[in-house]
Amino acid sequence: MTTKPVQTAIEVVGLRKAFGDKVVLDGLDFEVPRGTVFSLLGPNGAGKTTAVQILSTLIGADGGEARVAGRDVARDPDGVRRAIGVTGQYSAVDGLLTGRENLILMADLYRLGRAEGRRRADALLERFDLVEAAGKLASTYSGGMRRKLDIAMTLVAEPQIIFLDEPTTGLDPRSRRAMWEMVRSLVAGGVTIFLTTQYLDEADRLADRIGVLNGGRLVAEGTSEQLKRMVPGGHVVLRLAGPDGLDAAARVLPASARDDEALTLQVPSDGGVRSLRALLGRLEDEAIEVEEFSVHTPDLDDVFLALTGDTAGDAGDQQDDERKAASR
Amino acid sequence: MTPISQAMADSATMLRRNLRHALRYPSLSVSSIITPILFLLLFVGVFGKALGKGVGGVDYIDYVTPGIILMAVASGCMSPSVAVAVDMTEGVIARFRTMPIARSSLLTGHVVGSMMQTLISLVLSVLAAVAMGYRPDAGLGGWLGAAGLMVLLTFALTWFAVALGLLAKGPEGASNSPLLIQFLPFLGSAIVPPDSMPAGVRWFAEYQPFTPMIEALRKLLMGQPAGHDAAVSVAWCVGVAVVGYLWSKRLFNRDPSR
Ligand SMILES: Nc1ncnc2c1ncn2[C@@H]1O[C@H](COP(=O)(O)OP(=O)(O)OP(=O)(O)O)[C@@H](O)[C@H]1O
Ligand SMILES: [Mg+2]
Repeated sequence: MTTKPVQTAIEVVGLRKAFGDKVVLDGLDFEVPRGTVFSLLGPNGAGKTTAVQILSTLIGADGGEARVAGRDVARDPDGVRRAIGVTGQYSAVDGLLTGRENLILMADLYRLGRAEGRRRADALLERFDLVEAAGKLASTYSGGMRRKLDIAMTLVAEPQIIFLDEPTTGLDPRSRRAMWEMVRSLVAGGVTIFLTTQYLDEADRLADRIGVLNGGRLVAEGTSEQLKRMVPGGHVVLRLAGPDGLDAAARVLPASARDDEALTLQVPSDGGVRSLRALLGRLEDEAIEVEEFSVHTPDLDDVFLALTGDTAGDAGDQQDDERKAASR
Repeated sequence: MTPISQAMADSATMLRRNLRHALRYPSLSVSSIITPILFLLLFVGVFGKALGKGVGGVDYIDYVTPGIILMAVASGCMSPSVAVAVDMTEGVIARFRTMPIARSSLLTGHVVGSMMQTLISLVLSVLAAVAMGYRPDAGLGGWLGAAGLMVLLTFALTWFAVALGLLAKGPEGASNSPLLIQFLPFLGSAIVPPDSMPAGVRWFAEYQPFTPMIEALRKLLMGQPAGHDAAVSVAWCVGVAVVGYLWSKRLFNRDPSR
């Protein structure tokens, strides 16, 4: 790819999009540094796919600015297209061509040359475990196979920035893990990944930063650790050496809940370094011996439910989902 | 690569894709190729005796063959409508739209592929007519003129059909609108002279674009000068081609979320 590298792969300021009078994106702002994974989460109908479609130049925005690989998506769509690869939420393979022909079609459209195109097609078929199905029409593939072919097609041109809209939906656990490995190795090679997903553990494992989209805005953005600290439910568990220690500790930390049998004390905490240091300092001052110490932060599911609880699942969204499910 | 050579390379790739589709599902292509031959058999072999009385002086097959050729073009040109409308429902189109390729190449691929089919069907119709006794008097100039006119007409109608296909809400819709165009040659001088038609239809037949085209083709193939009719035909073709091309481009570049 010839586009000159810029440090910020994706830069979005005040992005807006409405369909008719339904406002889907209402002033979206975020930045994705080069060589990192950004994951967009949000309930069904939140506008994740819409955001991917705008950033990948498929549809236009109504307002705001978006730069991808340093190019403005509205003013220089071809510049953006030269730098990106897209695997959308809905299958984008040619059903009347075989798997291999689909990959070669991509290679031809990127003008890789006959020999190189074939070489990459065969390497990708190998990598995605599609060698056996390579000569069959893509319309005869299972959902997961089609998904894999779809992603392989995106990789043919070795793009610098890749959009993956729910890439592992419909994949079996082994293929999902293979996909994660692939994302990690791409990122290690300097590729930037913009990923949407419904699997929060996936975002947790892969993403450097996570944005939670709800009601047209990013209601939270940060590393998964930062997000987890935003919701209540985080706590520290202390295991004391004996009943005396437990009594002493419970006196020092009155807001805690004690478990006499296990000799543990559960103390509410945001999990931050400063408050942990303060907590341990207090126990130290009283010379209370702590056998074991563990921090429990809420998982992303807690974060997701807390952040998107208020507007998710209204009647309109539900209808949309039915429509989309039907057209899948 | 210059934009032009890039557009040509992309169009060639898209053409290969379309030809592959056509070879894999040949039903559409086969029917559009043999329809004109069936018409020829019907109008010459079955109705020929009765219809021949109305054309005055010439053999009916000499009269009707140019008309059938034109119908071959008109009906063949409409298959891209359906093909484009079906293709637009394919998910891969969204992928093409996010790729750095010449935007019009997808449409150009359809146009060239469909023109090849139509021209094959046209050549087969001429051969069938000759086998049934059609004996045109044209010299080389006449044949070249006729061929040029038909290629131009095919080009124009194909672009127009592509626009109709993009305009249609889906494949079903796309198969309806071209029917009108396929029907038009009947209301010209393709099968019988317009003089024999009722007044209102005759007026229409005289001014509709297919009549000068059929007349020009007939004259060229009979080795007669076709000056005025040919000029009117070329003007129509250029007009339809420009409208069809610009309209198609515009429809294809519409925001797909609308
Ligand atoms: N072409 C369109 N015309 C009208 N409304 C649309 C269109 N595309 C999307 N929408 C609406 O925009 C909203 C956001 O849709 P989008 O597909 O971006 O959601 P999403 O976050 O990707 O959801 P999911 O998790 O279900 O994939 C939905 O309410 C949807 O109905
Ligand atoms: Mg979506």
